[in-house]
Amino acid sequence: MTTEALMEKLKGIVKPYVKSEEGFKNMTENSDFLNDLKINSANLVDVILDIETEFDIIIDNDSMEKMLNVKAAMDIITTKLNEK
Amino acid sequence: MTTTEILNLLPYSPPFLFADELCEISEDGVKGTYTYKPDEFFYQGHFTNFPITPGVILTETMAQIGAVCLGIYLFRNKMQGPEIPQIALTSVEINFHAPVFPGEKVTVISQKKYFRFNKLCCAVEMRNSHDIIVCSGSISGFIKSKKCTKE
Repeated sequence: MTTEALMEKLKGIVKPYVKSEEGFKNMTENSDFLNDLKINSANLVDVILDIETEFDIIIDNDSMEKMLNVKAAMDIITTKLNEK
Repeated sequence: MTTTEILNLLPYSPPFLFADELCEISEDGVKGTYTYKPDEFFYQGHFTNFPITPGVILTETMAQIGAVCLGIYLFRNKMQGPEIPQIALTSVEINFHAPVFPGEKVTVISQKKYFRFNKLCCAVEMRNSHDIIVCSGSISGFIKSKKCTKE
């Protein structure tokens, strides 16, 4: 999957949980889920569960703790997809 | 872990404890009851001369039995030594269907939707003694443990 395609999918997943429209409009690889997109930590769990469903992968606790920004999420998704 | 042990670990006390008894508990869910005493503090003002259990109290009852008791049970193996569970409510979405009057006994039935990364999300409903649904919805919270300071 291309980075652009992955980014588009990720945008669709985070959209319902984003509390900063500004942050969402300017979402890049460097966006931080909590600080830039204002997703709260409880909804970050939902983002991760939705990522699992969308990509049919399992995110373990270690990966979860690293998933604080878009770049980290994309790296983890790519790694997990390659492991399949 | 017994149901009595779970109730003893609840971080509430009267007049804000709304769990009398747990009838069933498992990895998948919990069922418990509470009877609203006619002299509960909130009936003094809700409503004036017309006591009805407030929706926030019904919600709290559903959260204490349906989310917190279940959370403590699911978290039981993660607590080490003298630790007590701590709960933070993160979201609630409840619909109300029928009123609950002073003295009524209600049953809360909760089913786990997921428990991942210490977040518990459950589908919860409350029924009155006629088995009529009083309110239902979804409740989520985070659970963690902290060192017990009690002797």
